[in-house]
Amino acid sequence: MTESEQKEFIQNQETKIIKGNISAAYAAKSARVQVISAYPITPQTTVVEKLSEFVDGGLMPGTQYIKVESEHSVMASIVGASIAGTRTFTATSGQGLFYMNEMLHWAAGARLPIVTAIASRGPAPPWNIWADFSDVISQRDTGWMSCFVSNHQEVYDEILMSYKLCEDQEILLPKFVAYGGFVVSHTSKPVQIEDQEKVDEFLPPLPDEKGWPHIFLDPDRPMMHGNLIMPSGFYSEFRMKIHEAQLRAIDKIKEVTKEFEKKFGRSYGNGLIEEYRINDADVAMLIYGDLALQMEQAVDELREEGYKVGSIKLRHFRPFPKEDIRKVAKKIKILGIMDRATAFGSPTGGPVSSEVKTALHNSGTDTTILPMISGLGGREVSVEQQKDQLKILVHLHETGEYPEDLLDGTLWHGKLEVK
Amino acid sequence: MVSIKEALKSCSEEYFLPGNSCCAGCGLELALRWAMKALGPKTSLVAPASCLNVVVGLWPKTAPKFPFINMAFAAGAAAATGVSAAFKAKAYRFPEGPWKDMTSMTFAGDGGTTDIGIQGLSGAAERNTDMIYVCYDNEAYMNTGVQRSSSTPHGAKTTTTPFGKEQYKKDLPRIMEAHDIPYVATCSISEPTDLFEKFRKAKEIEGCKYIHILAPCPPGWGFGSDETIEMARLAVSTGAWILYEVENGVMTLSKKSKRLLDPSKRTPLADYISRQKRFSSISEKSIIELQKRIDKQWKKIEAELKCQEDYTE
Repeated sequence: MTESEQKEFIQNQETKIIKGNISAAYAAKSARVQVISAYPITPQTTVVEKLSEFVDGGLMPGTQYIKVESEHSVMASIVGASIAGTRTFTATSGQGLFYMNEMLHWAAGARLPIVTAIASRGPAPPWNIWADFSDVISQRDTGWMSCFVSNHQEVYDEILMSYKLCEDQEILLPKFVAYGGFVVSHTSKPVQIEDQEKVDEFLPPLPDEKGWPHIFLDPDRPMMHGNLIMPSGFYSEFRMKIHEAQLRAIDKIKEVTKEFEKKFGRSYGNGLIEEYRINDADVAMLIYGDLALQMEQAVDELREEGYKVGSIKLRHFRPFPKEDIRKVAKKIKILGIMDRATAFGSPTGGPVSSEVKTALHNSGTDTTILPMISGLGGREVSVEQQKDQLKILVHLHETGEYPEDLLDGTLWHGKLEVK
Repeated sequence: MVSIKEALKSCSEEYFLPGNSCCAGCGLELALRWAMKALGPKTSLVAPASCLNVVVGLWPKTAPKFPFINMAFAAGAAAATGVSAAFKAKAYRFPEGPWKDMTSMTFAGDGGTTDIGIQGLSGAAERNTDMIYVCYDNEAYMNTGVQRSSSTPHGAKTTTTPFGKEQYKKDLPRIMEAHDIPYVATCSISEPTDLFEKFRKAKEIEGCKYIHILAPCPPGWGFGSDETIEMARLAVSTGAWILYEVENGVMTLSKKSKRLLDPSKRTPLADYISRQKRFSSISEKSIIELQKRIDKQWKKIEAELKCQEDYTE
């Protein structure tokens, strides 16, 4: 961006220099959410503070904001409000997300199109409040869709796209939009807040008086929801349908991302993954969240030094973009997978690397995988460190030599030295 | 007070239909039937885990003739809070629709209210959420096979207190009163017209309403299925279960309990306890202690009513 472009960008009245959390709050406002329920937790707090200003300040007429006493009640009230046929929003982090867990299953089981922003933080103990995606990833099997976003604008954009995706009648599932605690939630960057009219054109209309097609609370059409079902009933089939909807979401995410790009001019790869300088690369790093963005800089710097490196930003974790990862893996010799999250006792120790290994099984690729873990609990990962990580892949490609201190095949990068 | 005939005439409709799978003599069934007669069809009900989830019928059968959500155990009050908020949001968008007249109600057991659900309930009450929260109290976890709850009385045997419960019953209506909500009431299934009137009143009040109904359970308490109403009557006439309402902080004893301010009018507690197998191993000492506590409770109420009088004068 040239200096004059930058000036123009900043002068544009719809562009605000705001924190990632504020960007999430603006997205909820732009989506005209009807019911918000929230409980404060670091580092999500400024989302709910900003929304309080919006609602109590009369900027979101008709919107109900419930300031509940716990995260379990957050999701319970959101489930109730969504069943009754309203567009809903909440945000949370780490421990709060864990406390919601029971109700997360309820939301997905009831097929409710709830969108939830997650300012991700490391699980306790010991107490940790900084970026680590172990919180959202630990909710893997709840039936929720989940994605990682890497910057402030993407927080806003992805929340809008998520409503379009979740409320699609072919999908009807809830979704997490996760971004790193503090590193995105509490830093400020320019964000384009779109015209309400344009957002209204992009999003589906708010649910009409009848509510959602499959679930409603209507005195004229009394419906029982969620009663006990015997093993001989349709329980297995209901469960299978949740998985089918997740699989359908793979194409739907691509469609929605394309439509978004057409409408607003910002692109996010195919929505599921974003490739960066992959085409002639020998080695690449698959990575997610804010570190994925910084990795692109590391790639650029190493490219200048003549290394054929690239990176892949994983945007969606559920549904998992199996086919896209197979395709991209075929293009490269060595694929590093960087997790800023843990999956204790899993095949690699990293949740995404374990998934990628599964995805590549029997896919006819002979790409070598090197799982890595770094940046847990918000530990800083510098561009220099990321260049070092890429160079480890390059070294492996050139010599066939793995780093020395792997833990069961996984490199835990950037550890403190224990004396 | 309305007579049974008047109450039935004003609402002959049944909303909790025959064919449900309640046990014979179930106290819960009477509680819900009469509550719904008073509230009518513009009511949505949230039922956290309890017998109610089962007795409404296994999928795809359903006995309630009104919108009904089965809900997670601890989520009763919060889910109904969300429903209430959604009705308000819908009333804003569709002012001509039925939404502003809808009642959001939770119908929970004593476990879902006094134990696992108390945090959500306390939160909803403190926020003065526009809803009715009902606890139908059968004094144990009956759905899972009669385990003790904090609402189980002292001396009662349950499957987790095989020699009788050591602790005393938690007085939840009083805890709710301390939340300063506009309406708290206690009911007994043996007094359907009193229950009917209390629900009619609650429906008209804006804000958080709490109604606690004593609903005896034949298999859980150990009495015959033809004795449910008698058992509930004895709970009232002994003064062990006191019928009252607290409207905007002002307490009024209900008709059947008011006369019991005179201790000589109270049936001895032993008459109630001796009829139930759950008290089969209770000691004489415990019965005396329980009787003392009842008498003390009445003294407190007497003092409170007196204080109220002084204050209003």
